[in-house]
Amino acid sequence: MYFESAAAVWHMEGHGPYVWAAYGITALVIILMLVMPLLRSRQMSRAIHTEERRRDLAQGRTSEEGQHAPEA
Amino acid sequence: MWTFVHKMGSPPWFYRFATIVIRWLLPTVLLALLAGSVWGLLYAPPDFRQGNSYRIIYIHVPAAVVALAGYYVMAIAGLVSLVWKIKMADTAMRAVAPVGAALTFVALVTGAIWGKPTWGAWWVWDARITSMLILFFLYLGVMALFEAYDDKAAAAKACAVLSLVGTVNIPIIYKSVDWWYSLHQPASIKFTGESAIDASMLYPLLLMIGAFYGLFALLVLLNMKAELLGTHRQSAWLRSELR
Amino acid sequence: MPPELGLFLRFQVQRHLSAALRRPGDIFNPLVFFLMVVTLFPLGLGPDPEVLADFAPGIVWVVALLSSLTVSSRLFQADYEDGTLEQLALAPHPLALAAMSEVLSHWLLSGVVLALASPVFAAMLNMPVQAIPTLMLSLVLGTLCLSLTGAIGAALTVGLRRGGVLLSLLTIPLTVPVLIFGVGAVREAALGYDPSGWLALLGALAAGGLVLAPLAAAAGLRISLEL
Repeated sequence: MYFESAAAVWHMEGHGPYVWAAYGITALVIILMLVMPLLRSRQMSRAIHTEERRRDLAQGRTSEEGQHAPEA
Repeated sequence: MWTFVHKMGSPPWFYRFATIVIRWLLPTVLLALLAGSVWGLLYAPPDFRQGNSYRIIYIHVPAAVVALAGYYVMAIAGLVSLVWKIKMADTAMRAVAPVGAALTFVALVTGAIWGKPTWGAWWVWDARITSMLILFFLYLGVMALFEAYDDKAAAAKACAVLSLVGTVNIPIIYKSVDWWYSLHQPASIKFTGESAIDASMLYPLLLMIGAFYGLFALLVLLNMKAELLGTHRQSAWLRSELR
Repeated sequence: MPPELGLFLRFQVQRHLSAALRRPGDIFNPLVFFLMVVTLFPLGLGPDPEVLADFAPGIVWVVALLSSLTVSSRLFQADYEDGTLEQLALAPHPLALAAMSEVLSHWLLSGVVLALASPVFAAMLNMPVQAIPTLMLSLVLGTLCLSLTGAIGAALTVGLRRGGVLLSLLTIPLTVPVLIFGVGAVREAALGYDPSGWLALLGALAAGGLVLAPLAAAAGLRISLEL
């Protein structure tokens, strides 16, 4: 390790705010880019599930049976 | 080889393939990013001229490199979609654009932050930063064009043409901006011959570049999966996949 | 090129030119726009002739770029609206050639006219006299590049309702080299050096663009026409 203490890591001889701000913003962007498609996928698959259940109910079956019915 | 290419063009096969790849890629990429950051932030020695501010290089350069490569990936996907009319290539192209724009944004912001302690100003019209800004505009143009079309199949074709035109232009743009600002630093990473930066600084940088390539692939696959869920919501294969 | 295709190109250019000459306002309006924007710069920067002479190459070129792009949004509009474009796309002649004829006639009426009028603007901005031939030549070559780039953008957005701003968004990043080479040539000439290197680069861009851009524009038109 190059630095001697946690405070030195934070300070980085005066460049700390710049370095940490850059890493922080990058981490934020990466997390956003990871979470957005995951949220979208989850929302989509939930929509597909509810639609399927609704269709099964409309066909006069219980959702329990619909889960195991073979795909038409 | 060709059967693999053909399989890639089939949405159900691709969906399963992407699910498996993501399961492996996600932890690997996060680990590599973390390891590279800790290495670059804590263990690499400081630069003798710039001090500690140079540690921004470990995110700035990988983001810039992958953002530029991403444009070519997008253009190749566009070419595949135009020539062989493979729908998955459309999806890939659509998924690359926001990822590339985000990475370009990261490169610009970290470049600006790096500029403050180094040059004393947040924004300097340096050749590389200016080229990055133009690359950002090119990504924004492709995204805006996609949004403008109501018919998404036509939108994908239009974006494919635009990204191919951009690909032809990018080397000219980079070269012209270089000439415009002839006082730029020479490129400091070379894979052959003597490297201009020390090994203790280079290895974490190479690790981070690899990690960013992995991150790019991961984000593109995640976006493509989300896109497939949207466009194939009526398909039987997707329903059985989700069950 | 087979003589038949040359004839087709010539006929198309003549058709566009005669249609445009019936409405001379469309030719003069960009010039008036150019004049007005050039007037804005001394008002914004101050009337100091030294300062204006320093900025003159950049000012003239940026304004030329903007006025060329605003005009190019109309490039395929008339032919798209009255269905001529569809006929051309179905004709046995290559659509790229039809697109090239649109670009050439558009360039003759906007870019070349602008280049011919540019000495007036150069004088208004106190540009050295020895730079004026270079300015005109660089504008002739450069506006051809701009029209070609604008044609690709126009072909991709011609079917869209709100194409105007989008067109600038798509094409401005692609026109950066033209601006850099054009300003480089004029600045070099203003300082008394030989500008031929920059002009050669502009010429290379124009030649390459003349070959490739009509192909891209034709592909864009086919997408816009949903063919």
